[in-house]
Amino acid sequence: MSKDDSIGESLRKQGISRRAFMKFCAATASLLALPPGMAAVMAETLSRARRPSVIYLSYQECTGCGESLTRSFSPTLENLMFNVMSLDYYETLQAAAGTAAEEARKTAMKENWGKYLLVVDGAVPVEHDGAYCTIAGESAVDILTEAVKGAAAVVSVGTCAAFGGIPHASPDPTGAVAVSRIVKDKPVVNVSGCPPVPEVITGVLAHYLTFGSLPELDHLGRPKVFFGETIHDRCYRRPFYDEGKFAKTFDDEGARNGWCLFELGCKGPVTYNACPTVKWNQGTSYPIQSGHGCLGCSEPDFWDKGGFYQALSTGTWSGGAVLGAAAVAGAAIGVGAAIVSRRRHAHSDKEKHS
Amino acid sequence: MNLLDFARGAAMKWSIAIFLFGMLWRLFGILLLRRTHDYSEPRVHAAGLGALQGIIRRSWPRREFQARTAYGVTVSYVFHIGLAIIVFGFVPHILFIRNLIGVGWSGLPGGIIYFCAVITLVALVMAIVRRLTHPVLKLLSNFDDYFSWFVTAAPVVTGLLAAAHYGARYETLLAVHILSFELLLVWFPFGKLMHSVLLFFARGQTGAVYGRRGAST
Repeated sequence: MSKDDSIGESLRKQGISRRAFMKFCAATASLLALPPGMAAVMAETLSRARRPSVIYLSYQECTGCGESLTRSFSPTLENLMFNVMSLDYYETLQAAAGTAAEEARKTAMKENWGKYLLVVDGAVPVEHDGAYCTIAGESAVDILTEAVKGAAAVVSVGTCAAFGGIPHASPDPTGAVAVSRIVKDKPVVNVSGCPPVPEVITGVLAHYLTFGSLPELDHLGRPKVFFGETIHDRCYRRPFYDEGKFAKTFDDEGARNGWCLFELGCKGPVTYNACPTVKWNQGTSYPIQSGHGCLGCSEPDFWDKGGFYQALSTGTWSGGAVLGAAAVAGAAIGVGAAIVSRRRHAHSDKEKHS
Repeated sequence: MNLLDFARGAAMKWSIAIFLFGMLWRLFGILLLRRTHDYSEPRVHAAGLGALQGIIRRSWPRREFQARTAYGVTVSYVFHIGLAIIVFGFVPHILFIRNLIGVGWSGLPGGIIYFCAVITLVALVMAIVRRLTHPVLKLLSNFDDYFSWFVTAAPVVTGLLAAAHYGARYETLLAVHILSFELLLVWFPFGKLMHSVLLFFARGQTGAVYGRRGAST
């Protein structure tokens, strides 16, 4: 299969039927909440389009996003990689290593300059000239800066790439930042989550490949189609919240009955993601369905927003000394005021009787 | 740090600190004032009972005033009871209190809370409309009255908006709701909202004095 083949030609060469291709397009259009007619448009566009080059860079990350990506079922990563796009560089999946791998990246960049899609996974450390993350002797920030120049668009996969994530958590010794802090002159879409829902990653890629543009984004640069509603609003446990039925511990009757996990620290009310609708492992489940509250992992700084098991309506502050000092100061001023008043009265009484 | 982080963090800490400071200042300052000696022979020795009677009986208008005060008393009772149900019956509020002082209890269903909040808000609006239109009340009212009403009504309004997800993203509405409550905390000890604590001392003191003299409380 030649890189210059259109997607339609490459599919025909592999013996993939028109019917199977249409099913793929229908599934992807459905995932992106596009009107039914768009599946046909998508099929037409994709069959004539040349397979675009995708370069996938990994920095301060745990490979959880890559693990998630490989578990996408609709569309599958294999389908995307082999039929729709040309994944030219991805350290986790590629066979090449060392100099050969870096050469592959440089070649792909040169051949597709201005047209390739750059996918970034992980935060980028900028402290000490980016010394905390280097590949083949080059810092992550330098490689990213160079790769971005020839990219058509950038997709930040995972909360680390989107918002800095765990590497950015306090005290952030490496100066980890989000990709959007470095990339200023190219469109960036944030596919946040720790890890992101696999279909959300592939859905965004499919949208770009189909329409040549990024989907509509929210104020944090995330695709609205997947991040438009809170976990809480789409949660199947929401009726229990409204009824005032809450699990108090992870093994009480409420937990066994599937009641709301708000008291156990669920951050669903302030977390935007597609977990309750798309779910994981081919729509099998998601964290709340498995009995654990949402950690809010698709939101910025989720690691530093107080305890995971602390209810959302409680404070995240710590300041017993401040409260103690305020109480002592208040009491002292009150007692002082009363003493002054008593002295004035005593003085006044003395004057009356003298 | 976003607005919600600020509301749940520094703003909450400092508003509680100011609340504590102000409450202790006012309470110590008032309760330690010198009391005038009553040298008369007490007709009734149970001063505590008189205090209790004073608190209870003065919480309801005397028969001769009932017709004139029915509107104000009814509206006031409705929003006071409504506020108590909202503050002490809604589970997220109970969790806030439990996290602060370690004491918690069971909550009420959301539907009941939302219903009470709407009724409370209507009663609060009726109260302010009366204050703005009644010639005598209008004359007696000052900034403290209006601002105390505002900081009381604001958490109810913002809480309802948050529950309905109306007007902004939920996290923003939640942050504004928490901030509005923090504003109430800051104002509480220094304005007329302090009546919710001082009324028991004031009525109790009056009841005790009247009781000692054998007068009707």
